Amino acid sequence: MQFTLEFGGGLELLCDSVKIHKVNINLLNDSDILTMKDLLSWVRTNLIKERPEMFMKGDTVRPGVLVLVNDCDWELSGQLDTTLEDKDVIVFISTLHGG
Amino acid sequence: MMSNGGDSSEIVRELEELKLKKAEIEHRISTLEAKLQDTATVERYDAVSNGDSYLTAPELEHGLSPDQIYRYSRQLLLPSFAVEGQSNLLKSSVLVIGAGGLGSPALLYLAACGVGRLGIIDHDVVELNNMHRQIIHTEAFIGHPKVKSAAAACRSINSTIKVDEYVEALRTSNALEILSQYDIIVDATDNPPSRYMISDCCVLLGKPLVSGAALGMEGQLTVYNHNGGPCYRCLFPTPPPTSACQRCSDSGVLGVVPGVIGCLQALETIKLASMVGEPLSERMLLFDALSARMRIVKIRGRSSQCTVCGDNSSFNKKTFKDFDYEDFTQFPLFAGPLNLLPAESRISSKEFKEIFQKKEQHILLDVRPSHHFKIVSLPDSLNIPLANLEARLNELTSALKEKEDGHVNTGSCTNPSVYVVCRRGNDSQRAVQYLRESGFDSAKDIIGGLEAWAANVNPNFPTY
Repeated sequence: MQFTLEFGGGLELLCDSVKIHKVNINLLNDSDILTMKDLLSWVRTNLIKERPEMFMKGDTVRPGVLVLVNDCDWELSGQLDTTLEDKDVIVFISTLHGG
Repeated sequence: MMSNGGDSSEIVRELEELKLKKAEIEHRISTLEAKLQDTATVERYDAVSNGDSYLTAPELEHGLSPDQIYRYSRQLLLPSFAVEGQSNLLKSSVLVIGAGGLGSPALLYLAACGVGRLGIIDHDVVELNNMHRQIIHTEAFIGHPKVKSAAAACRSINSTIKVDEYVEALRTSNALEILSQYDIIVDATDNPPSRYMISDCCVLLGKPLVSGAALGMEGQLTVYNHNGGPCYRCLFPTPPPTSACQRCSDSGVLGVVPGVIGCLQALETIKLASMVGEPLSERMLLFDALSARMRIVKIRGRSSQCTVCGDNSSFNKKTFKDFDYEDFTQFPLFAGPLNLLPAESRISSKEFKEIFQKKEQHILLDVRPSHHFKIVSLPDSLNIPLANLEARLNELTSALKEKEDGHVNTGSCTNPSVYVVCRRGNDSQRAVQYLRESGFDSAKDIIGGLEAWAANVNPNFPTY
């Protein structure tokens, strides 16, 4: 399955300062589904190059990170249980405080 | 330069005096102008009562005066805004918290468009390094309160609105009283404890909150606590780790980025105040200046579990007043100096100057990020950023070894000391703490960093 993953608000610094990643993730077998929980652990293993604690806490994202699946807050689609589909766009954004 | 010291301090003193006088005169002018306008209105009414109605302004149901019709004509001509929108705007009151990068453009537009009453609160003074983004301030106000400067600018654009000045910090002790006087609150602050405090206060008072943030090349904007929408805590129930909270003064920001977000804050405020359009509630605008992308995303609604606005919340005015927001976020409301080390592990910038002059053997370690080091640095300093110190400790060891070897030849027997410097004297303390734990017992931090060096030793040393 193909996904577009975007990192913003400083989170891109954890993956070599690259903001947009087009990735291909293969399912183990055809009947399997891919959830946000699976995607997070894939991201942590494959994309996060430094300070993983700045991205995750436990099995979810750290406080202050918004997760958007197709421009929609993942709270509205089931958080970690959100089922992903081919060509979904997932955005991870750290909240800003400056001004 | 030294011989002119007396002259220049005299000039500076006179300049300060003149600037203060100028601000006072400007304030007096706008007060008088407002007064004149009121008198003119009364005179017109007098004319009506004398029966010369064909010579006077017609009495208009919307209550706009002829001057107001002329001033705001371009807004009145908008079918979707029109006279109702303007009339609502003139009756509304808005409090802008923070007269910095976000507050500057927001205040300019809010004053210009005719918000009836505009409150400005900020505890800070105008500095030269604010000017690139805090466009409401002028050089004449450097060293003066931002609120005074911003209020003068607002009055000079629109002398007919009421501008309230609060030259103080917003705290739990004064927040309820100040915020309660306004219809709409604009969060233009720069730190997590303020953001939680302002949102909680808006929930308690039932006020909509127009919240903007900007850092580096990115910005974010949303409207909280409006029409059943979420509050800040619904979105961020747990504060982020301190290491994820950066200030513009530490991480940098391109001036126009908060400018864009501040303008959009003004826009959302105008929409709320005039009751026109669709506010950015339950949605968030994300702005990425580098890639020229602006996306609007759907965010969650109000959380019934929210500790402040939720169904079973016991949060009240008393809880608010006693709440320690700095402790909750582990982040200071105001940037202040850290105090990690005992006195014997520290030296002042003046003491370090003597070491420099006496040519005592030492290593000067600068722990700022390398792009800071490139802006300016002290001569003969070794740059190892704090973040890499552990990994690059061998560079310090070999630099020390080199000095020691050089020393053997000169016959001296004292070991070279390590002095650590950074921009303001916080990271240097963290570095010294780490170095002492790693066996560098001579490590000392230079109190106040390069800013103290510039203030106390070399006034020609650039600060940023």
